[in-house]
Amino acid sequence: MSTSYPTTWRRPPQLIKSARLRYAIQFAIALYLAVAIGTLEVDWARVAAGLERGGRFAAGFLQPDFVSRWDDISRGLVESLTMTLTSTVVGVLLSVPVGIGAASNIAPAPIYFVCRSIIAVSRALQEIIIAIFLVAMFGFGPFAGFLTLSFATIGFLAKLLADDIEEIEPGQVEAVRSTGASWWQMVNYSVQPQVMPRLIGLSLYRLDINFRESAVIGIVGAGGIGATLNTAIDRYEYDSAGAILLLIIAIVMVAEYGSSYLRKFLQ
Amino acid sequence: MLHLEGLSKSYAGGDPALSDVTLTVPKGEILGLIGPSGAGKSTLIRCINRLVEPTTGAVRLGDEDLAQLGKTDLRRARRRIGMIFQEYALVERLTVMENVLSGRLGYVPFWRSFLRRYPARDVQQAYRLLDRVGLMDKADSRADALSGGQRQRVGIARALAQEPELLLVDEPTASLDPKTSRQIMRLITEICQERGLPAIVNIHDVPLAQQFMQRIVGLRAGRIVFDGAPSELTEDALTTIYGAEDWNAMRKGDADQAEAEADAQRRLEAIAQ
Repeated sequence: MSTSYPTTWRRPPQLIKSARLRYAIQFAIALYLAVAIGTLEVDWARVAAGLERGGRFAAGFLQPDFVSRWDDISRGLVESLTMTLTSTVVGVLLSVPVGIGAASNIAPAPIYFVCRSIIAVSRALQEIIIAIFLVAMFGFGPFAGFLTLSFATIGFLAKLLADDIEEIEPGQVEAVRSTGASWWQMVNYSVQPQVMPRLIGLSLYRLDINFRESAVIGIVGAGGIGATLNTAIDRYEYDSAGAILLLIIAIVMVAEYGSSYLRKFLQ
Repeated sequence: MLHLEGLSKSYAGGDPALSDVTLTVPKGEILGLIGPSGAGKSTLIRCINRLVEPTTGAVRLGDEDLAQLGKTDLRRARRRIGMIFQEYALVERLTVMENVLSGRLGYVPFWRSFLRRYPARDVQQAYRLLDRVGLMDKADSRADALSGGQRQRVGIARALAQEPELLLVDEPTASLDPKTSRQIMRLITEICQERGLPAIVNIHDVPLAQQFMQRIVGLRAGRIVFDGAPSELTEDALTTIYGAEDWNAMRKGDADQAEAEADAQRRLEAIAQ
């Protein structure tokens, strides 16, 4: 009557069943790591010089100078904030039709493919690459930055909106369709109410992403606070650069907390 | 009057969901459609307003064959057919009033529905319907703030706002408790009688169907296997529709349930006094 059940249990290997192959792969990884580290050439003199420069930078950071370049800094900030807001508004306005078109459950196949392609192109190109390209086309300044961020917003927002639309409750759509509603009425009455809170949340989230990105693309000439920061570093004015970085951090944090508070309030 | 002629539907790569269904529903008749899960009840009523496209056959409502209509004409035809759903299918984030008014979508241009500027007559009618289903004071509540029974009442008001010539009802009580189920069935049948409105009601609860329906059609594997009065629905007929089972046990279970309900009612009254 007394069957003796085992008292130990080990999780069976899930991925690679053969123990020998498992050890061989682990050994190969360790070997490759050792070889790879061995081929790194580290110029310790340059590391030392870099550390010294880094020290000066850190010192500037600790004594930020907001005053002597304040005109440049404030102009850069206003430019960045303008770029952020306008590009978010334009980006959202463009994302909504693209997002609706890219939702396979409500859009016809040809429109779906066009819209998904727009999203794919926008997502494939990183902001900095688009910025370099647009700066070459439209010249230095915030206009190129505005175009870059608008375009990047489409890739982000339209994709998430489309994915959200694809997950809506189909029963509500069916019910509205059964009343004899047209396609536009169906979108307005059964899709929009279901995705609106998330669309607002994502737009606010994109607003603070766009501000952070506006600081980065300024470095490649697309205007804004990034351009000011780049100039300050080029002039070895680390105290002004420190001031700019502190301002960017402060604004990003305010935007972050502000938008997360608003999103919570909306949901 | 609705007449279905040789209606069939097969989904890609599957058994036919409906085969050669021919059925006539005269004006003012309330028809219960029963059958096991997967028998094609839901497909049948969705083929009528073409939420599901029938493969072959005709769906004649009055003089028109709905199966042949193009997009615009189909929309116009859908206005004439009200539908009530199993999980209510209200748009949860819209108000009760918007849900009821959405029954008018087929009649108003886009700008009116977008701006929620419905004609005075439509608004008045929506209030009248809300009063009829007993939800006058809930007009401005959001649909997701209502209980199951209340939501289904809104669903009924929405279907009636279409001023339909036919009502399609898909498992109206599947998500409701027994007492609310009876209230909802009573409301639907009363309203149909008031308006001489024919209705096809998908229903999986056999005793409920026998209590409220004038005629019962049994569907099995996409075919009509029973068509008659509720009183003709004998044990043999149920076995034909559902397969072998102890039907008296089920009826007894229902009697027990009714007994329990009555008991609960008595206790509630005792507390109230």
